[in-house]
Amino acid sequence: MKFIKFLVLGTLFGIVMAKSEAFSWFRIQEMFRFQAFHMYGIIGTAVTLGVIGVAIIKKYQIRDIAGNPINFYPKDKAVSRYLIGGTIFGLGWALSGACPGPMVVNIGYGYLSMIVVFVFAIIGTYLYGIVKDKLPH
Amino acid sequence: MLDFISQPWTWWVSGIIISSTMFLLLFFGQSFGFSSNLRTICAAVGGGKFVKFFDFNWRSQIWNLVFLVGAILGGFIAKQFLSTGAPVAISENTISDLAKLGISAPTSVQPNELFSMEALFSVKGFLILAFGGLMVGFGSRYAGGCTSGHAISGLSDLQLPSLIAVIGFFIGGLLMTFVLLPLIF
Repeated sequence: MKFIKFLVLGTLFGIVMAKSEAFSWFRIQEMFRFQAFHMYGIIGTAVTLGVIGVAIIKKYQIRDIAGNPINFYPKDKAVSRYLIGGTIFGLGWALSGACPGPMVVNIGYGYLSMIVVFVFAIIGTYLYGIVKDKLPH
Repeated sequence: MLDFISQPWTWWVSGIIISSTMFLLLFFGQSFGFSSNLRTICAAVGGGKFVKFFDFNWRSQIWNLVFLVGAILGGFIAKQFLSTGAPVAISENTISDLAKLGISAPTSVQPNELFSMEALFSVKGFLILAFGGLMVGFGSRYAGGCTSGHAISGLSDLQLPSLIAVIGFFIGGLLMTFVLLPLIF
């Protein structure tokens, strides 16, 4: 039962990805070609509200449902992993038109080819796990 | 009402719901980061026996797998109950740019040239989907997050590493869009 709330939130996320067309290869192309405000509007609104909300959580030390403090952990200070990893991710994002979340939304929407993309994303993560220690971070 | 929400949703509605999703996950004691599921799946199928990176308590991440199942369900609901079937309304400029690559204007959500069954069962089409997925999976874990983890959660917390990752997303995305796609298609 404790997982129901995550199922509901995931469903809401899936619906919004589909209904705002953010799960479309066409929208991702439009974004990378800077030909519409749509995707920037979505991400910009989410981040703007996010910055305000996170600041409020920190200022008023808001707690979660279990009464624990909501903590934000600073990510490791580094450049290589974010820049190189991010670039590889971006290459894949523009080619397949989907990041991991929208991939599975597409599967639910009936685009079964996305199963192949998603399975290869899992394989990609597995490959990273294998070569991780040999890569600059 | 159903007619109303069956229209495509405006950007700000989507932005509000996405940030609400992030805050509700924080309120439920978790955080918004979808690509972690890829690592969790590797661990759940026994990857930890062979690769140390996947040897962790993946059961603590089941909530995120449930979120993933919800996302699939959300896509299904959107298609079955909330869709007008209208093609994605991208800009005319994008349509004409893509036409030069041989990708026809939207008739639905995704281009047939990439996602139809004919494309999937062609060598080139399969390789495109496979490499796309491979790079997303490899890159997201290398960078420590994807669009949700870095662009939404990380930037909301004003984290410099997330900004660097997002810059990387765009370097890769622009390179693919303007340099590689014309060579591929």
